[in-house]
Amino acid sequence: MSILVNKDTRVLVQGITGREGRFHAEQMQAYGTKIVAGVTPGKGGQEVLGVPVYDTVKEAVSNHEIDASIVFVPAAAAADAALEAAHAGIPLVVLITEGIPTLDMVAAVKEIKDLGVRLIGGNCPGLISAEEAKLGIMPGHVFKKGKVGLISRSGTLTYEAAAALSESGLGTTTTVGIGGDPIIGTTFKDLLPLFNEDPETEAVVVIGEIGGSDEEEAAAWVKEHMNKPVVGFIGGRSAPKGKRMGHAGAIIMGDVGTPESKLKAFAEAGIPVADTIDEIVDLVRQKLS
Amino acid sequence: MKLHEFQAKELLAQYGVPVPPGKVAYSPEEAERIAKDFGRQVVIKAQVHVGGRGKAGGVKLAQPEEAREVAGKILGMDIKGLTVKKVLVAEAVDIAREYYAGLIIDRSSQRAVLMVSKEGGVDIEEVARTNPKAIVKFPVDPHKGLRYFETREVVKQAGLEGNLNRLANVIVQLYNAFVGVDASLAEINPLVVTEQGEIIAADAKIDLDDNALFRHPDLAKLREVEAEHPLEIEAGNYGFAYVKLDGDVGVIGNGAGLVMYTLDLVNRAGGKPANFLDIGGGAKAEVVYNAVKLVAKDPDVKGIFINIFGGITRADEVAKGVIQALEEGIVKVPVVMRVAGTAEEEAKKLLEGKPIYLYPNSLEAAKAIVTMVGGAK
Repeated sequence: MSILVNKDTRVLVQGITGREGRFHAEQMQAYGTKIVAGVTPGKGGQEVLGVPVYDTVKEAVSNHEIDASIVFVPAAAAADAALEAAHAGIPLVVLITEGIPTLDMVAAVKEIKDLGVRLIGGNCPGLISAEEAKLGIMPGHVFKKGKVGLISRSGTLTYEAAAALSESGLGTTTTVGIGGDPIIGTTFKDLLPLFNEDPETEAVVVIGEIGGSDEEEAAAWVKEHMNKPVVGFIGGRSAPKGKRMGHAGAIIMGDVGTPESKLKAFAEAGIPVADTIDEIVDLVRQKLS
Repeated sequence: MKLHEFQAKELLAQYGVPVPPGKVAYSPEEAERIAKDFGRQVVIKAQVHVGGRGKAGGVKLAQPEEAREVAGKILGMDIKGLTVKKVLVAEAVDIAREYYAGLIIDRSSQRAVLMVSKEGGVDIEEVARTNPKAIVKFPVDPHKGLRYFETREVVKQAGLEGNLNRLANVIVQLYNAFVGVDASLAEINPLVVTEQGEIIAADAKIDLDDNALFRHPDLAKLREVEAEHPLEIEAGNYGFAYVKLDGDVGVIGNGAGLVMYTLDLVNRAGGKPANFLDIGGGAKAEVVYNAVKLVAKDPDVKGIFINIFGGITRADEVAKGVIQALEEGIVKVPVVMRVAGTAEEEAKKLLEGKPIYLYPNSLEAAKAIVTMVGGAK
């Protein structure tokens, strides 16, 4: 078991004829992901990586059963592409694209939620259910099947945590990179209930970072509802106020988003916080023993 | 991207927001000429991309005949490390009441949020800390926009006094400007009600969303490169996410999260990072070579810590870039590296016998580089 995606998930790739889309579609196929079709407006009728390409998502869904779409469309058109998938009735949309205008995301996130569709991202590495399916750009080989759910705002740091969990024998169920932007479709607190219900997930690791209040909201949910152990991590604890370190979302504005506030919220919810990535494994082990 | 006050006011005026007549001066003589044209008291305001101009002495009232002297004192002044090169000379406003109106992107509600307060003319973050109830917040539905009736309700709730329709009108115009220019922040502070009952934006601030600048080529041209650190400009040309910091350990890594974490580790080890540099995903040797060259060029850097977790990025590509930089002799400081992940073994083989300190663990590597640059501070 896993959350959101598994080996049977039938996947559409939007932007499959582009450089990024094609490269990662091929990597996903190699991992075992069931890609059934692609969409690139104006390129309909071609075949790429053994799957048909359509001009519109609507055409793709009328010819195939599709459970999820992954979007590799350039920033200027990315929010529109995610909306296209949601309006075509695809229940899960993973938006990888980086650099999407914020107000595009504000409008799209509301509309996609109103349609009852789950959006992951944008500016995210995607999600992976270990040894089953990958809807993302992460290096598949570092994820070994196991019992820890992993949620993160970062990319590389997630891979590093996953590698440490894999090496330790704990392994992962599903890993979700929620994205580093201020406006994203799915936050930590949206995913915790899914892991709470997943019989294979025994513990959850939340890799947060400075900026915003997603970690505080997640901690509040854990305190009230979570019946599995959660281990936390906060990146960017030494970052100066008001400076943007790569991720647009990782910025301390006034008193919002400080590491102190996040550490306090985690402590109050009984979530131990690892100081280093290696320590995550030790804390999960302690919690599970 | 930050705009100057005079630029923000020009944009707001295009959306109908009343602003005091004003012009930009680059010399005391020009300031005097502008003030004399107005023929009445003016306010002379430093135009620099930093808050707290007033407290630093960068905002002063002047009669037309005093304008040259006052402008002369403000021009060339250093405000938080930035030199004042231009001033806004604007007609002074007869202030009866000072309010606050602003829009920001709020992550929690995932909307643009309107904030209105009776407590204007002061730092709004200070108000948020000391008297949060004085700020009325309203998340705007992105599909409907900000409606007049909603705005009137917010104005009433915040306790603003003055012509209700005019106040609401200005605030809706502020919202239209916020959306129209793709801002991440737009505020009028103070929003002044004059003795005559007029409503006017006496000061304004707009930050633009960098991701949306492609839609506003005219605004993108307003970026002032001289306001940034020279190394940040050079890094921008290479396409790196680079931030200059004030320590002495150069930091390079792949992925924003990993680089932020690496800065944390350097701090934990008692050191101070000189920069944040993310080479991005899938970087080739040449990109890494340029990154090392850039960091080595920083005179503050006494040692470099390269932290790589290979995913899409191959650790051996990184190693090749580092070795090229070392062999060209452009690196005069010790280099500590930690490589793991994709192509880790190949990378280690390449690095064998090279003048690099290789560590298997990030924290150990951080401790090592801090010792090499002279120990914990």
